[in-house]
Amino acid sequence: MTADLDNVLEQAAAWRGAGKGVALATVVTTWGSSPRPVGSQLVVDDSGKFVGSVSGGCIEGAVVEQGLAAIKDGKTRLLDFGVTNEQAWEVGLACGGKVQVFVERVA
Amino acid sequence: MKDATLQQVLADQAAKRAVVLATDLASGEEWLIYPFEAGDDRLKKEAEDAARRDKSGVVETIGAKVFLNVYNPPLRLIIVGAVHIAQPLARMAAMTGYDVTVIDPRAAFASEERFPGVTVITEWPDDAMTALSPDARTAIVTLTHDPKIDDPALEVALRSAAFYIGALGSKKTHSARLHRLGEAGFGDNDVARICGPVGLAIGAKSPAEIAVAVLAQITERLRQSPA
Repeated sequence: MTADLDNVLEQAAAWRGAGKGVALATVVTTWGSSPRPVGSQLVVDDSGKFVGSVSGGCIEGAVVEQGLAAIKDGKTRLLDFGVTNEQAWEVGLACGGKVQVFVERVA
Repeated sequence: MKDATLQQVLADQAAKRAVVLATDLASGEEWLIYPFEAGDDRLKKEAEDAARRDKSGVVETIGAKVFLNVYNPPLRLIIVGAVHIAQPLARMAAMTGYDVTVIDPRAAFASEERFPGVTVITEWPDDAMTALSPDARTAIVTLTHDPKIDDPALEVALRSAAFYIGALGSKKTHSARLHRLGEAGFGDNDVARICGPVGLAIGAKSPAEIAVAVLAQITERLRQSPA
């Protein structure tokens, strides 16, 4: 896969090394036009700081929120975002595509 | 993801070893698969296919939705000729995710000052290139338009599986080059792999613009090659 300018996994390891709670979000499926390819990742720490991206900025807020929840309860999450999803009206994928994002705690 | 898994993927990346992380999307169970290495992991064949295509994705062949995330070693760009164009090209390619090596036997060109942070090899390109053993995730660009330096590099390039080979020089220079390579024993299909004059035709003038044209053509070959 093409390298990101931000190395998400290195950031995840650095935050874990500093004793922080960390969650990783990964684009696992896309349909239609979507800004970031499958495999794109975002890492969030327990204060809500994040590095990387899973979209062009449209759904990062919602994904970070779910990441924080995953840090708390340790459960994995499979999130759907897209025009057919009610949530799209709130978080909006302007490109009209659909993405599925897997969120998990790193521990 | 377990901390140990994360550390292992990072170690594999540092060692430039291809690894595929399999994650069961329902249970969260995860395991690492090393494509093209010995071993008989679950989803090995699927992982090899994904790694070869450099395409992560969900597979359902074992009755569960498993996400295969491909962590291939970085793409490589070998630039032959530490000339002016090589400076912006090396920087732009690094930003694009390439591991860049510059080869030029002329030490005055291939100086650390001109290429900060880039691997520079001051050897003859045939030796240096053979040692680097270009593979299907390697792009090669020759920029000296000096046959003494470019031709030996192109000969190694043509014998490799490099996904992109480009050579700087005018149409006239290029046709003379193809003639020489033909005399060296390469067939028409071989030399047709060389992009020359190098780069997409966008009217580039300055060294940085030419670097954009070259990197755009490399990207085109990488992403639009028939699967």
